[in-house]
Amino acid sequence: MSFYGDLKKIIKSNIREYGMYIALLAIFIFFTVATNGIFISSRNISNLLNQTGYIAVLAVGMTLVIVIRHIDLSVGFLAGFLGAVAAIALTQWNLPVFVVIPLVMALGIVAGLVTAFPVAQMGIPSFVASLAGWLIYRGLLLLVTLRTGTIIIPNDTYNAIGNGFIPDFPEISFLPGMHKITLLIGVIAVILNIVGEIKNRKNKIAYNFEVVPMNMFIVKLIVISAIILGITWVLAGYNGLSWTVVIMLAVVMVYHYVTTKTVLGRYIYAIGGNPEAAELSGIDVKKMTFMVFGSMGMMAALSGILFSSRLQSATTTAGSLFEMDAIAAAYIGGVSAAGGVGKVTGSLIGALVMTSLTSGMNLMGIDISSQYVVRGMVLLLAVIFDVATRRASK
Amino acid sequence: MNDHILEMKFITKEFPGVKALDEVSFSVKRGEIHCLVGENGAGKSTLMKVLSGVYPFGEYTGEIYLNGVEQKFSGINDSKKAGIAIIYQELALIPEMSVYENIFLGHEISNNGIAVNWNETIKQATEMLKKVRLNVNPATKVKDLGVGKQQLIEIAKALTQDVKLLILDEPTSSLNEDDCENLFELLRDLKKHGVTSILISHKLKEVINIGDTVTVLRDGRTISTLDAHKGEVSENVLIKQMVGREINNIYPPRRKAVGNEVVLEVKNLNAYNPRIGRDVLKDINFNIKKGEIVGFAGLVGSGRTELALSLFGNPVGYQIEGELYINGKKKKFNHPRQAIKAGVAYVTEDRKGNGLILIQDVKQNISLANLDRVSMRGVVNENSEFTIATEYKDALDIRTPSIEQKVLNLSGGNQQKVSVAKWLFVDPEILILDEPTRGIDVGAKYEIYTIMNRLAEEGKSIIMISSELPEILGMSDRIYVVSSGRISGEMPVEEATQEKIMHMATN
Repeated sequence: MSFYGDLKKIIKSNIREYGMYIALLAIFIFFTVATNGIFISSRNISNLLNQTGYIAVLAVGMTLVIVIRHIDLSVGFLAGFLGAVAAIALTQWNLPVFVVIPLVMALGIVAGLVTAFPVAQMGIPSFVASLAGWLIYRGLLLLVTLRTGTIIIPNDTYNAIGNGFIPDFPEISFLPGMHKITLLIGVIAVILNIVGEIKNRKNKIAYNFEVVPMNMFIVKLIVISAIILGITWVLAGYNGLSWTVVIMLAVVMVYHYVTTKTVLGRYIYAIGGNPEAAELSGIDVKKMTFMVFGSMGMMAALSGILFSSRLQSATTTAGSLFEMDAIAAAYIGGVSAAGGVGKVTGSLIGALVMTSLTSGMNLMGIDISSQYVVRGMVLLLAVIFDVATRRASK
Repeated sequence: MNDHILEMKFITKEFPGVKALDEVSFSVKRGEIHCLVGENGAGKSTLMKVLSGVYPFGEYTGEIYLNGVEQKFSGINDSKKAGIAIIYQELALIPEMSVYENIFLGHEISNNGIAVNWNETIKQATEMLKKVRLNVNPATKVKDLGVGKQQLIEIAKALTQDVKLLILDEPTSSLNEDDCENLFELLRDLKKHGVTSILISHKLKEVINIGDTVTVLRDGRTISTLDAHKGEVSENVLIKQMVGREINNIYPPRRKAVGNEVVLEVKNLNAYNPRIGRDVLKDINFNIKKGEIVGFAGLVGSGRTELALSLFGNPVGYQIEGELYINGKKKKFNHPRQAIKAGVAYVTEDRKGNGLILIQDVKQNISLANLDRVSMRGVVNENSEFTIATEYKDALDIRTPSIEQKVLNLSGGNQQKVSVAKWLFVDPEILILDEPTRGIDVGAKYEIYTIMNRLAEEGKSIIMISSELPEILGMSDRIYVVSSGRISGEMPVEEATQEKIMHMATN
């Protein structure tokens, strides 16, 4: 078969997976053209990624919740509330940052387990249980910020999480104005990816498994390397990798590993595919439900930390509608409402799609009312595309 | 040719990579009961889906004539209008709705086109129930009725719409003998009133019992159409044509190696199901020896599945009393996981409902119950998973293009083999098989039996729950009969007869 024939076949058989990436690319190209290149500028991309952070981590946690056929509506205000708790811990209790962050994350896990309790133990629909949480955390957020209103966080270390960038070598004449550590990380990532893919391929061939043709394999490596280098190049042109991006990527990588490579991940997807069969296969569905909601709570805490640190303050309305953005991101990213299907990497792309739309439309000066309509339509289109391709592949 | 109500000519239907139907011709005479038989994957269901418009005109090639008029259905509504009703194995009733609401669902009776006339609905529903000879209150919720009765309600629903051709897809696979006989009486009755029926079935005895004509499909082709009234139909003939080879012995021979050690013993087991508020098991006592196949006979709903679940970690949440001994050690399982660890495996009767994860592939289903075997420190080694799953696929002859195929796309028999493979993968000492051959074809049955024999010869103990008496008699070393949650009889297979078992089961 010809080169283009192979390419076509591979894209066609993976259209659902690649569809999102292609859509994201189309959005990028559209806004770049529509804003005369401002959209793709280093500064804007850096900002865009930082804005994605607190939604992306929620979307990652939400992916697992939706995969096991549940939903968690409480996480938006939970993030807001825990952000406020972090602010209070820093300003009023005078706790150091390195105590506050684990403390808040632990509180997030506890909150997640509390939401899971009626769901796992009593069979109460998660929609209702987490709606109760939505009200409760909204109330608690108002309560803790009642006296002070917005709490300003004067802690530079904490605020660096949402605003800071990783350090660089001292300025040298080589590549002036570029963030060299960021570039170095990009190059290392490309090398690790290539080495890993080749090793994986060799392993598969050793086991006589099917692999993609060599030319397609090379195309794939080149495309992925180009994307990594492209993004790091753009980021290096501004301040380099931000701590938010580092955290976001770390979360996605850990969750991606757990969901695709571990026994735990298998159990989660098995429960989503058929809870009764999973139970009869010896999987403790209750325990897994607690774990998934616990992880969701932890991600809500992280989201709250990222958001409050980005604003350098905790506000009375922090976290409003975060849960909806996270759910939308997960659905755009190909998570199935029927359960058992969905990838955390997809949800990351979904979150990027959502923030790219906001960022691009802001740059174009489109008013907020129209922005909601556009984002709603994109969500709908994404889900229709997903369902249609799923049916076609049957 | 005018006496044919239905003629399908040279129907070809292809799926990507497979020719499911290859120029199949199929004719049904007016007013007959026509049986359609064939192995799983032979194309029976596909043919019926073509007929009922699930695969609309244009997705297949060939011609369909109904009463001599060519039909080009573009959906199931078209075929319904033409008088074709199809009743699937999985019933399409709304459990939370009453019988009369279900019967008239989709074509409610109304005087003014807005409000439903419930009085008239109930009156007509009562007549319909009489027609299908079902004696239940039309206000009963469907979920409170047994499968047999639900099936009759489906038929009543079809009859409200002036059905000319009634298609039943494996109606008896989950019915007990009484319900089966009842259903057949009804079909004969309907025949007298001019309704033609097509019956898809794996149970050859009933095909011989009720069919006027039998058509055999194999590998997407019509093999033969036989006239029962000319004595052309017999079990041997059908089996031979279905599988293309002669199976002299439906039950493969086994080198009996029943030991003396009791592997599992249950004493005074009682179980109460709080959800339905009644006892499901009462004073159950039994034991199983090493290398023994013990058959559990009984009617559907007699408590056999409840018994299996009680042994297997009680996932439903019964309140249980009694003692369980495995290899002489007292055990108590609170979760299937503990039962699996102790060497018990349970192959469910409902592979689609709670056995398999249909949206996952063959290898993931096989490895699920014992992922530890292919993982290190919680990380799955996909290469060894692939290798081991391939071994099981080959050993059990699971027919699938690849073990990365979703289980959803396999035929019933192959799904069942995946289900069995999954539990062999945990390497159990005691294997509970609940209706192991339900809804699968003769060839696959034979293969399942062979696997059971091999396991017993290796010294594993097998509990086989089955509603098919020939299977109980053909496979077991010893038989327990369960009736209304109690064990109503025990006998070695040498002393057992179908009549004796039925007598105990209905006692």
